[in-house]
Amino acid sequence: MSHRLTPRMWLTAFLGIARRETLRFVNQRGRFLAALVRPLVWLFIFAAGFRAVLGLSITPPYQTYVLYEVYVTPGLCAMIQLFNGMQSSLSMVHDRETGAMRTLLVSPFPRWFLLGAKLVAGVIVSIIQVYTFLAIAWFWDVQPPAIGYLAVLPALFLSGLMLGALGLFLSSAIRQLENFAGVMNFVIFPMFFASSALYPLWRMNESSPLLHDICAANPFTHAVELIRFALYGRFDLLSFLVVSGCLVLFFAGAVIMYDPAKGLWARRKGGT
Amino acid sequence: MPQDALSIQNVSHDFGRFQALKDVSLTVPRGGFTALLGVNGAGKTTLFSLITRLYDNRSGRIEVAGHDLRRQPGAALARLGVVFQSRALDADLTVAQNLEYHAALHGIPRREARARSLEVLAQVDLSDRLHTRVSALSGGQSRRAEIARALIHRPEILLLDEPTVGLDVKSRTEVVALTRELTRGGVSALWATHILDEIRPQDGLVILHKGQVLACGNAGAIGGEDLTATFLRLTGEAA
Repeated sequence: MSHRLTPRMWLTAFLGIARRETLRFVNQRGRFLAALVRPLVWLFIFAAGFRAVLGLSITPPYQTYVLYEVYVTPGLCAMIQLFNGMQSSLSMVHDRETGAMRTLLVSPFPRWFLLGAKLVAGVIVSIIQVYTFLAIAWFWDVQPPAIGYLAVLPALFLSGLMLGALGLFLSSAIRQLENFAGVMNFVIFPMFFASSALYPLWRMNESSPLLHDICAANPFTHAVELIRFALYGRFDLLSFLVVSGCLVLFFAGAVIMYDPAKGLWARRKGGT
Repeated sequence: MPQDALSIQNVSHDFGRFQALKDVSLTVPRGGFTALLGVNGAGKTTLFSLITRLYDNRSGRIEVAGHDLRRQPGAALARLGVVFQSRALDADLTVAQNLEYHAALHGIPRREARARSLEVLAQVDLSDRLHTRVSALSGGQSRRAEIARALIHRPEILLLDEPTVGLDVKSRTEVVALTRELTRGGVSALWATHILDEIRPQDGLVILHKGQVLACGNAGAIGGEDLTATFLRLTGEAA
């Protein structure tokens, strides 16, 4: 029996992993609804309340004053991806607890590929969620230029990869599903609130320069800005570089952590 | 063609200060049924985790069908079929979807995977459960589906880590009989267990205790008239 992995075999493996992620997503309709309801609640209720109290000056990429709903939409797109990335992380921990993870890891393909395929499959699912959200937001008068819907696709892909890779990295360090509450408190909430998703950074600077600097250093801020600029047909180089750099860093960390020779969790008894 | 389906030489493994395996050496001949016998905590699952590369093998040498696990992990893993102690199938998916997913993880295209699914399900007598969700299978059926999953890429050796745990007597007997039947078809099997009556005199036998191999060879030759008494004597568990 030949053991050479041909390009067709790599493609088959990727499609198989992507198909499984899609099937799981389709089977868990509640997950899709939850992913959609969360940003819609922010858009319909939170944004409506804040519109009156939060004045927004003209900041790039906007060329005029915009409603708060318009401002907050890219942040909510990134929020969908952030939660999706953490959901993938949760599913990795669940798979590890139930044993399904081992099926993946005993495949003859290298682990970086298996993890990467799982990551890309998760991002595709998150992009479907974001476009569904943008379609609903359109009826709420959040109407970016038509080209923006196309230009945002690579931005969503990159930001989704970065946030998914973060989830993957976190999943390697979390031993039990019960520990996941810590991820909510120490990762999701600080990342989301200490970013430009809900308020512009200049606003933050007025309150606290230190907080402004923290927000400016937050990779999630750059994911939001990458999406925001792309949605208006523009390219933000700094955000692109930060998001790309963080993607490489997080993914490399995840691959190392899942490597049986180097990973920390594999050395613990019962770690799989 | 190498003589042994699996060869393990001088493998040790520790978890910090805890020495889980000490200088373990054993072989599984081609087409044979070899039992890996040991009480809970003997090191069976750790050994399986090393063979399947879930843990890194830091000392000694493991070869699967002549392929060094360290140097040729892809080739070695392609020849292994694994039935884990705990459930490894996705309960939300059907049997067919699980099998196709596993086939994809070995680079087998979907069309071929479908044909092979029918073939392996017939082997484990589960043809009528192709489109049943795994969550709806009984314990015994679920185990047989796990074996079908492990067979779909046509491995040379099956590793089964206490596959009868939690099964009723009838299902347990069926799973053991099925595995023996598969070995007659040419697949080798390494069967980890702590249940002595699953072992027959003609089987290969490795007794693992506190991370060490106490005996390795033919079960009849090791156990003599009374395998239970021999096992208790060797492990020092006799009253």
